[in-house]
Amino acid sequence: MIQYFSLVLIAIGIYGLLSQKNLVKLIVSLNIAELGVNLFIVSIGYVADGKVPILSPAVNRSTMNFVDPLPQALVLTAIVIGVGVTALALSLVLKVKESYGTIELDEIRGDKA
Amino acid sequence: MKKFIAALIAFLFFIMFISVLNSDTETLQGIPEFGKVDLSERVSEKYISKSVNGDNGEIIYGETKDAESGSANVVTSIVVNYRSFDTLGEVTVLFLSATGVAILIGGGRRKVLPISVNPIVRISARIVATLLLVFGAYIFIHGHLTPGGGFPGGTIIAAGMLLMLLVDDKKRAPKALKVLEGTMGFVYVAVGIAGLLVTGSFLQNFLPTGTVGDLLSAGIIPVVYSIIGLKVGAELSGLLDDFFAEEGEE
Repeated sequence: MIQYFSLVLIAIGIYGLLSQKNLVKLIVSLNIAELGVNLFIVSIGYVADGKVPILSPAVNRSTMNFVDPLPQALVLTAIVIGVGVTALALSLVLKVKESYGTIELDEIRGDKA
Repeated sequence: MKKFIAALIAFLFFIMFISVLNSDTETLQGIPEFGKVDLSERVSEKYISKSVNGDNGEIIYGETKDAESGSANVVTSIVVNYRSFDTLGEVTVLFLSATGVAILIGGGRRKVLPISVNPIVRISARIVATLLLVFGAYIFIHGHLTPGGGFPGGTIIAAGMLLMLLVDDKKRAPKALKVLEGTMGFVYVAVGIAGLLVTGSFLQNFLPTGTVGDLLSAGIIPVVYSIIGLKVGAELSGLLDDFFAEEGEE
């Protein structure tokens, strides 16, 4: 179920990236697609009734089944890079607004909307 | 019309994803069925049982001594021990993006917010920001025992900074944060080179490990995560500060 949900999120992100002309909306679409991808990668490592892969007094390898920790570690990296990309994109949008006075792509190009 | 085509393309992508998801894993190399993953066939099994360099037997919390990587949190041991080079690259990407933001919109004077803040809010925000600093430090020091680590800890510290920036019109991120950020990046590489000199591989653990579950049990993991926590905290605070800057003399 959660896998289908993340696929829907990716599709919404792709639709937004293709159809929107507002730069901030484009960044939002990119983030939605990214969230969907991250959710999907984490879901690949899910084991039915799996526990968090952290050892603790009550949880040991032989008694518990853990979920796959590797996708989680990779998604951790992806999230951080997503934050960096989003921050850079937002600052670029600020600069575009300063020099063009608008953040609509067709107005920047000079087309009639 | 354009929106219709966009919706059509997005829908076709969705159908494609679904067909890959539902493909038979026996005949096609599809995605394993949700929840029915056999960990013993995956690389992660070695990470969980800490047997990448050979079998070490059962790992029991609070009893096993000198387990490989020594961390109770398996995700942390992957991020900072088995795949630490990844994390070095990740920190570099974050550094580059923070630098890019600083070049694009940084400098100048502080933007004055169109809100007036009640003194009660301002003083309580200081108290909460201090608590957030302490909590962030707790999160990244205990990254190898509890959920969390350098990146969440650094983000919590930056949240404290954001609170201070929001309530005080004259507040800037201290210049010392830039120095801290650069120094921590340097120290991370220095730790890696120390591993190269002592053990022969870059970023290899060279400190003694203890009983699984103790604070000082994971060799260089708490050290590296403290470095990352301070670096990410300084970086994101500077990044937020750049977003509060505007053109003009200070």
